[in-house]
Amino acid sequence: MYRVVADRFYASLTAIGRTGQFVSDFMRSLRDVRVWAGLTAIQMRKIGVQSLPIALFIAVFTGMVLALLASYTLTGAVPIYFVGTMVGKAIMIELAPVLVGLALAGRIGANIAAELGTMRVTEQVDALETLAYDPQSYLVVPRVLAATLMFPVVVALSMGVGIISGWLTALGLLDLSTVEFVKGLRLFYEFKDVWYGLVKSMSFGFVVALIGCIRGLNAEGGAEGVGRTTMRAVVMGSQAILVLDAFWAVVLL
Amino acid sequence: MIVFNDVYKSFGPKKVLQGYSLEIPDGQTTVVIGYSGTGKSVALKHVVGLLDPDAGEVVVDEQVVHELDRDGLVELRSKIGFVFQFAALFDSMTVRENIALGLKRQEVPQREIDERTHESLALVDMEGSEDRYPIELSGGMRKRVGIARAIALRPRYLLYDEPTSGLDPVTSAVINGVMVRAREKLGVTGLVVTHDMNSAYAIGDRIAMLYKGMIRQVGTVDQIQRTHDPIVRQFIEGRPEGANDAEGLNTQAVS
Repeated sequence: MYRVVADRFYASLTAIGRTGQFVSDFMRSLRDVRVWAGLTAIQMRKIGVQSLPIALFIAVFTGMVLALLASYTLTGAVPIYFVGTMVGKAIMIELAPVLVGLALAGRIGANIAAELGTMRVTEQVDALETLAYDPQSYLVVPRVLAATLMFPVVVALSMGVGIISGWLTALGLLDLSTVEFVKGLRLFYEFKDVWYGLVKSMSFGFVVALIGCIRGLNAEGGAEGVGRTTMRAVVMGSQAILVLDAFWAVVLL
Repeated sequence: MIVFNDVYKSFGPKKVLQGYSLEIPDGQTTVVIGYSGTGKSVALKHVVGLLDPDAGEVVVDEQVVHELDRDGLVELRSKIGFVFQFAALFDSMTVRENIALGLKRQEVPQREIDERTHESLALVDMEGSEDRYPIELSGGMRKRVGIARAIALRPRYLLYDEPTSGLDPVTSAVINGVMVRAREKLGVTGLVVTHDMNSAYAIGDRIAMLYKGMIRQVGTVDQIQRTHDPIVRQFIEGRPEGANDAEGLNTQAVS
């Protein structure tokens, strides 16, 4: 029993140490601008542009459901224009960053872990090193930077689409006019709502990509190992998003 | 010159190299033979700093590899070509891009990259395959592209990890021919690990046998063929008697 606890404790400390070393190597690799600059642009397209369909799909249905839920909850208690308030606040502060973040943790985290994991077990990462490239500069920095920069962009667009979806739902299915919806939307609006959501999503992008890279580059054991690595990357990325969400709520709200 | 000085390496409880010492003279091809899973590839990876020894040192051109910093390793690797067992081509890139990648790192001008790509592919009889992806190539073709990628860098040293494993005898002979041609045309120092004795005799100037983590015997091809060492004799003749004792052995393979 004690042995198991001691082994787990030791393994946790080792994992923390390795993660620290990985982040330190990442920072050091930022100086290889000529290596990562062009690759980052490619990853931004892959991570950002190609993630838009799933992100906007989530935003459309979240906005719609939120408007209906707000109407169901608030009717008879407060003026109906509070539907706009609830849709705007919930989308900007929480739902767009977290729901889109979780979806992208699956899409991006799995993609990065599987790609780098396959490269690791087929010796492509070793080959890269023998060609005098640092895998951090060539593989990690472009992915982590691209995710950190593109998550907020995708989330910002999702915020807009979610609110528009809520507005159209209010117009079409609820007894609410555009003027009333906008009045509710502006009632408790603060610019902080937007940047809070975007800062959160930036941190989500950073950890999702970082976890995908760490897991992928430490993959071992062939196809089964890559599958296990990918699953762990998605689970850990999702957990990290929820923990960070709580952290930012405590720190910034 | 590459020198292994009393190198020890373990993975967990498994001891792989246990006092591995070997000198690789310049201008020659040295072949390291040994049973599968005895750590031949592990030793090779120490030369380019992909692995660090637990004890001992690997010295390349009077530089201790595991003591080099990041920039030192980049410089060292720029003069060593490494051919992987399964070629390790980048599967998202074409043959041309695979070969060009290392040259771009060395900031070779684009025109020269094109020339060297063409020359390297010609040397391994793979002209015309520049725009193909690794998935479209057979195992032997991939190995040849792997060799082309390594020699395009004009390295001083070429390291081959099991260059003929998994290939039919004819394709193996083609790969052997490519390796001999690469040495003759480029004058590189070669270090090859293999358990294919036909290949070892065809390409080696010297042969060393790795056994139980140490070099059991080293000599010219002729000396190895006439050896009286029972372990080496058994291996080069491929006799199965007492193979488990001879291997030493290895319930878990080491790449």
